Amino acid sequence: MTTSSPQSLNVAGIELECLQRGTGRPLLLLHGAGGPRPTAPFMEMLAQRMHLIAPTHPGFGNSPLPEWIDSVDDLAYLYLDLLDQLDLRDVVLMGFSMGGWTAAEMAIKNTTRLAKLILVDPVGCKFKDRETREFPDIYALPPDEVNRLTYYDPATFAPKYDQMSDEQLQAAARNREAAALYLWEPYMHNPKLRYRLHRINVPTLLIWGAHDGLATPEYGRSYCAAIPGAKMEIIEKAGHTPQNEQPEAFVAAVMRFIEED
Amino acid sequence: MRAWYFSENAYPYLPDPSTYESIRVTLPNRYYDPKIGAELYHRYLDEWQYAEEMGLDLMINEHHQTATNLNPSAAVVAATLARITKRARLLILGNPIANRRDPVRVAEEMAMVDNYSRGRLECGFVRGVPYESSATNANPVRMVDRFWEAHDLILKAWTSHDGPFSWEGRFFHHRQVNIWPRPYQEPHPPVWITTMSPSQIVKVADRGYVAATFLTGYDETRRIFQTYRARRREQNLPMTDDRLAYAALVYTGETDEAGLAGARKLMWYLTSNKVPPQFKNPPGYASVHTAAQLLKGADIEVARKFPLEKCIENGIIFAGNPDSVYEQIRRHHDYVGGYGNLLLMGQAGFLDHEETVRGIELFAKEVYPRLKELKVGIESALA
Repeated sequence: MTTSSPQSLNVAGIELECLQRGTGRPLLLLHGAGGPRPTAPFMEMLAQRMHLIAPTHPGFGNSPLPEWIDSVDDLAYLYLDLLDQLDLRDVVLMGFSMGGWTAAEMAIKNTTRLAKLILVDPVGCKFKDRETREFPDIYALPPDEVNRLTYYDPATFAPKYDQMSDEQLQAAARNREAAALYLWEPYMHNPKLRYRLHRINVPTLLIWGAHDGLATPEYGRSYCAAIPGAKMEIIEKAGHTPQNEQPEAFVAAVMRFIEED
Repeated sequence: MRAWYFSENAYPYLPDPSTYESIRVTLPNRYYDPKIGAELYHRYLDEWQYAEEMGLDLMINEHHQTATNLNPSAAVVAATLARITKRARLLILGNPIANRRDPVRVAEEMAMVDNYSRGRLECGFVRGVPYESSATNANPVRMVDRFWEAHDLILKAWTSHDGPFSWEGRFFHHRQVNIWPRPYQEPHPPVWITTMSPSQIVKVADRGYVAATFLTGYDETRRIFQTYRARRREQNLPMTDDRLAYAALVYTGETDEAGLAGARKLMWYLTSNKVPPQFKNPPGYASVHTAAQLLKGADIEVARKFPLEKCIENGIIFAGNPDSVYEQIRRHHDYVGGYGNLLLMGQAGFLDHEETVRGIELFAKEVYPRLKELKVGIESALA
């Protein structure tokens, strides 16, 4: 089933907005803390090549937020249920930032339905000591500084709140609230995750923006080293969202990895 | 009407605000000199004691990681006041229970203060200001749910007297709750809650708690109080003005000029609050509607930046000679439909000890006796 507008699915009792586009090999795509970007150029490019399945995390977009849901672990189980429900096999699982963390949490639990894993500037792991934050505290930094850390080219890619309609602003505020629910504490990570990454037994690629100031490439190398056999690709002239800042290079890297052997 | 004196116990000796980003959360405490601070603590306690001598009741609040308020633990101040005062009711407004990790500890502290004071505690619960999500690492999302669960647990801890009970809630876990001491008052200290949202006001009204509102002026205060009254009426519950409280900056002088001069010093509280957007709008604290406006850069505290005359006109400051102060309060009181508690911030910033004491004295002697006689006036009956 592929349509250009999202459908509402019921997954194990949870109502979930889910966009499905294109045909071919299934690509489950998990968005980051900024919320889903259904009209982004990279989405169009991927939909021309694969069967895109892009759910909206509970609390974001038009997905309701059940009272009991509050962690990335909850999301991981939800999307494992989604794979079962849609009976998808040989799936490429790809997640951005917080969605990358979610994808990693899925892959440490069960890779039966997965063929490959792609983590794009993922958060979720903690490697440094208790007095060294892995990620800058975006909730304590001026918005301009957060944009500078997030984007290679903030002038072009940072959200322009002053130009948004009230409806767009409210959607952004709701996404921001949902992100904080999942990210606030422990801050953007699961203390156990690094000790479980060894369980990932599918080919894994980490894609990283060279100028990501939120989750740095150096952090990415620690992440990569913790996943058996994982590789890392750096996208130049991109920050935390290489899929938006360099969609061509990003999609090329994705397709190279998917198509190899 | 009952008048409650309070002071935020600020540390005002700060460098030029252009040299720091925020007076809250991130201002380094190297700017705090313990020699000066210790003197301030004692001075502020003296002023509370003086307010009691003048016949006022006392209010204490707490804030965290800020020079605007040196009391991160209202319980510590309240315990001190419980020992050095004899008569005044002691209102903590309040305990930020959505930001406290252990509600049982709050129940214990409040029970102690109630015993120290031999039953003079009035126990407020507040959501806390948005800036304190970072200062306490408390998730601003689902704060209201956490607030009410903490409240429920504290109330049960206060009123259970037959050994431990178990609590396995959404946010808090405690298998053996059995506090010592129990509160002095039966069944527990009176509860106050500050709120502006209609859904919360209804919950406060249903429980018969005192609803308090800070610096909300004329129309907003009237809306809040009307919501409370309407809910009590709807539920066929009795309603008295002592269930409502309004907080304002108050300074009484011998002349209007002296009163206004004192109020200008109190305005440090309003003007010193330099806080950047990331601390004003933590995700999930405000409603989606309000948060959206804040993202766009809207200033929802704009009413606090008006000149003194405008603040008086708007009902967030009452100041002048005793007649003027009385008239301003009476006008506000009548407009909003009446309230039984005035929470008066009588010290802030650089208002010195003599000025503070003089303001308290003139209010207590020249204004307060008339306020005690206030009944709901014609204006509100027509409103």
